[in-house]
Amino acid sequence: MIGADAMVKCLENEGVTTVYGYPGVAICPFYNSIISSGIKTVLVRTEQNAAHAASGEARVTGKVGVCAVTSGPGATNLITGIATAFADSIPMVCISGQVKSELIGSDVFQEADITGAVESFIKYSYLVKNADDIPRIFKEAFYIANSGRKGPVLIDVPQDIQEAAVRNFKYPEEVNIRTYKPTIKGHAVQIKKVIKELEKAKRPIICAGGGVHLSNAVPELREFAHKYRIPVVNTMMGIGVMRTDDPMYFGMVGNNGKAYANRAMNEADLIIMVGARVADRAISQPDLIFTNKILVHIDVDPAEIGKNVGPTIPLVGDAKHIFDDFANQEFECEHEEWIKTLEEYRKDMVKVRKPNPDYVDPAGFITMLSKEMKDNAVYVADVGQNQIWSCNYHIVKDGRFLTSGGMGTMGYSIPAAMGAKRGDMSRQVVAVCGDGSFQMSMMELATIMQHNIPVKIIVIRNNYLGMVRQFQHFNYKDNYSVVDIKDGSPNLEKLSAAYGIPYIRVENMSHALEKIKEFLKDDTTTLMECIVDPMDLV
Amino acid sequence: MQNRVFQLLVDNNAGVLSRITGLFSRRGYNIESITAGVTADPKYTRITIVASGDEEILDQIEKQVAKLVDVRDIHELKPDKSVYRELCLVKVKSTPEKRQGVIAVADIFRAKIIDVNVDSLIVEITGNQTKIEAFIGLLQDYEILEVARTGIVGLGRGTEDVIYLE
Repeated sequence: MIGADAMVKCLENEGVTTVYGYPGVAICPFYNSIISSGIKTVLVRTEQNAAHAASGEARVTGKVGVCAVTSGPGATNLITGIATAFADSIPMVCISGQVKSELIGSDVFQEADITGAVESFIKYSYLVKNADDIPRIFKEAFYIANSGRKGPVLIDVPQDIQEAAVRNFKYPEEVNIRTYKPTIKGHAVQIKKVIKELEKAKRPIICAGGGVHLSNAVPELREFAHKYRIPVVNTMMGIGVMRTDDPMYFGMVGNNGKAYANRAMNEADLIIMVGARVADRAISQPDLIFTNKILVHIDVDPAEIGKNVGPTIPLVGDAKHIFDDFANQEFECEHEEWIKTLEEYRKDMVKVRKPNPDYVDPAGFITMLSKEMKDNAVYVADVGQNQIWSCNYHIVKDGRFLTSGGMGTMGYSIPAAMGAKRGDMSRQVVAVCGDGSFQMSMMELATIMQHNIPVKIIVIRNNYLGMVRQFQHFNYKDNYSVVDIKDGSPNLEKLSAAYGIPYIRVENMSHALEKIKEFLKDDTTTLMECIVDPMDLV
Repeated sequence: MQNRVFQLLVDNNAGVLSRITGLFSRRGYNIESITAGVTADPKYTRITIVASGDEEILDQIEKQVAKLVDVRDIHELKPDKSVYRELCLVKVKSTPEKRQGVIAVADIFRAKIIDVNVDSLIVEITGNQTKIEAFIGLLQDYEILEVARTGIVGLGRGTEDVIYLE
């Protein structure tokens, strides 16, 4: 057995079913081995999208996503994907080929110091120096990626190590990293303190972030919120923690969220932040919002607690464990009046849009679309105005809402949707992007067709980089600079035909429902283009 | 702004020092001094970092460093519960006539003359930072040519904070 065989065996031991990637000389031994294993390979059209696809798969399955690329440019192309996964704490193992050990540091063809380059936005990285270390390193990498605060891990494997003999392959059963012991269980004293404050609170609220999905604590949180009748809001990464139609759900917070959600946060006397970073887009002035109230901050990463705001009760641990512990506490609380107030806000503080009847209204369209989507469908939003419309008007049932929240990486939706679909072929997966973000990853249409990954793609077309145009509208007095993409953008009908993808065009709301039904009628790749008012604002 | 002395115990992995200093630079933290050396167990390296910032920043530094996978332990070495030492070499310009003066100052501070040349000498002093600064201050009467300081190392007093290595 050689190093490359050992790498593949490690992936088999971890239950990996798909590797997304792009080969090159330095990773050829690995690709030579994987072809005779049971692991499927998906050949993307640029490496960044291999990382996004692995990320999409990880988010749907809860398992570690895997991608494998070659050295030099292959590895550097992965960087944006790694940073995106890191910002959203997505578990991922990235394998990169590296030039031969003895050539490292001599600037040979396709050499890049990838472990050095990704250092500041990766959870951990390895440069393998001995083929016998492969089983231990892979075991550790998967464990680190998917425990504690999850995140991407890179394993850089020089070509000669992949070709070196491995004696006695034995995949370790356990991991023992002396220096890495994440806290999973919440401190009992802190849990008691939270319950005590909850009993006293008149206006409690739970603000759920992406960590709730990552710890798979959605059912526990829903049960807790219902049993004790505590209203729930969420951050962008937390969308889907509650069904949109749940009476205890009060919208997304933040400067792109619902006014009534922000008001609820402002008026609460006790906030339970769970799996959320108190990030700038969700809570822009933490000092203001948290004065005169009790803040309970639950996070698996102790460094997040107190980073942006000092909590009254810090509670380090995994959300699922902590909600289990909450469920075992006996207590009562009563705040029907508070719920009534919030229900009124939710009814009265609805943003009124004045859609242009000559175009598709993105808000109405997204709501209509999501109502037609299957209950457990996966909705993948890209970045831009389309993302904000998606956040605000998508109706989540029991499905998932995926987007690049922390990094805001354009082009995320199509490759992530590919990964999500491959992660669970039984689910309907819809990617919604703008015409700007679509063109950042439209090369993946080829991957979708080659590997028969039936994802639905919606392009919201306004012929602008709309989010930037909107920013220039408000902040630079309509001096539109480098945001017009009308000239040069492809004819999507012809483009779809070139890839052999059915195409549907929606020009206004009068025929939207009929088109949506046609779009969703079967499980095949279809591209739908929606023409929206170029001057529309979120 | 205040200084805080952190003591770290880290796995002696390749690149561990750059991971730690990289964390400081990308998050905009200030390092006043950093020293590193292997411990009794060659698997571990002990690092002493003097960092400056306000209280919140210093608390964040502790948490962010603790989060690094290679870091086994980080804790503050509180001034009243620890000893700090720093080693400093000072090269002073001195003609034979002035040499005795420098030697006299060195004697008071229990510093050692470790090299003598026709027109200069090198003094070695060990101590806490105030002592070293006082010493350098006194040598201002002579012409200081070069100073090399190690930055401080420290240990907590007693056995309370000792981590027993397996």
